[in-house]
Amino acid sequence: MILVNTESVPGHRIVETKGLVQGNTIRAKHVGRDIAAGFKNLIGGELSGYTELLTESRRQAIERMMAQAQQLGANAVVNVRFTTSSVTQGAAELYAYGTAVVLEQGE
Amino acid sequence: MDALGAIAGIVVPLALVALGYTIGRVREGSHIKSLEQREASFADIVVTDLKTVPDADNVAVAQLVMGEAVIATDYFKSFAAQLRNLVGGEVLSLETLARRARREAVVRMLDQARQMGATEVHNVRLETSNVLSAGGRSKAISAEMFAYGTAIIRG
Repeated sequence: MILVNTESVPGHRIVETKGLVQGNTIRAKHVGRDIAAGFKNLIGGELSGYTELLTESRRQAIERMMAQAQQLGANAVVNVRFTTSSVTQGAAELYAYGTAVVLEQGE
Repeated sequence: MDALGAIAGIVVPLALVALGYTIGRVREGSHIKSLEQREASFADIVVTDLKTVPDADNVAVAQLVMGEAVIATDYFKSFAAQLRNLVGGEVLSLETLARRARREAVVRMLDQARQMGATEVHNVRLETSNVLSAGGRSKAISAEMFAYGTAIIRG
């Protein structure tokens, strides 16, 4: 499946628009990561535990979005957008959405 | 005992500020150096934030690429930021943090583009989130940056 965040896929023609597809996931970070982050805050540097958490969650949101697109019979999602929100203390929502389309090779 | 407590109350934070200043500065310096190196190695990739891909007829592959970075500041800089909060004005110590995190996110996105053999990345978007800072449990001051765009292979 092709994913792009442009309005169309260059080199391809959109023959059918299937509609909005979306995927979300809410993940909590565990206390161990918070403690590690507290230590990192003394000397500075990347909080790799959090980077990993966000990357993983985003991937899951994308996968759910792609599963929806597949169910609709689409072979691509265009104009993909991401948002994040903090739902409650220590939990993050990652949300991916886009427009599922059917593509055809050639302009 | 009170005097001891007062001394501990002053000495410990001061020691942490000193620790943050010395180690934090070294770590920031090495991060910026590594950023410069990697940015130079990706200098041949064309990066734009254009919504539509120029010369779209001549594209073989288009695929989403993304990069993420969460970077914390050191104790000295968060202390300086708290002081700045009293008088207001530009918070330089956190500006460098935001800049570093954003550059790191972009470099990681470009790394993904390079791995798939892309020569251009279009419609690049940069996003911040505050999952950590709104979390409450952890008091770490950090910048969360996310970069994404459409990587293009010409053909």
